[in-house]
Amino acid sequence: MRLADQYGPENLAVVLGNGEADGVEVFAETVTRGDPSYAGPLAGVALNIPVYHVLEEEVMAGVPAQLRDEKLQLSSLVIDVDPLHQVLQAARNKI
Amino acid sequence: MLAGKKIIAIGERDGVPGPVIAECLEGAGLEVVFQATECFV
Repeated sequence: MRLADQYGPENLAVVLGNGEADGVEVFAETVTRGDPSYAGPLAGVALNIPVYHVLEEEVMAGVPAQLRDEKLQLSSLVIDVDPLHQVLQAARNKI
Repeated sequence: MLAGKKIIAIGERDGVPGPVIAECLEGAGLEVVFQATECFV
């Protein structure tokens, strides 16, 4: 909320590093359409900030090859990015 | 898509940590304005 006020939500994007798809949908919904549990300060606040996972092709493509190999290659072998991509793409389509 | 955006990097201890996300995205020429690493254990 503070960052959205400071920079404007239209200028922000969230990049996650979750190991599993659990919880990603709730996280994405919280910063796009508002807190679905209505428990926190983002309840009813639709910031419409797009959410990506760092291993999604859209993000990986921009990372220099050396950094990708050094920092992300091992994670990309362990983390199944397809379910994450499907959840996050669906959330981005709602913006 | 991400070009020109300011990035909030939320990593996970059992996934990709926040500092790693930040390093990679800064290497991609993006500005990271916040980074953290969550732990759900």
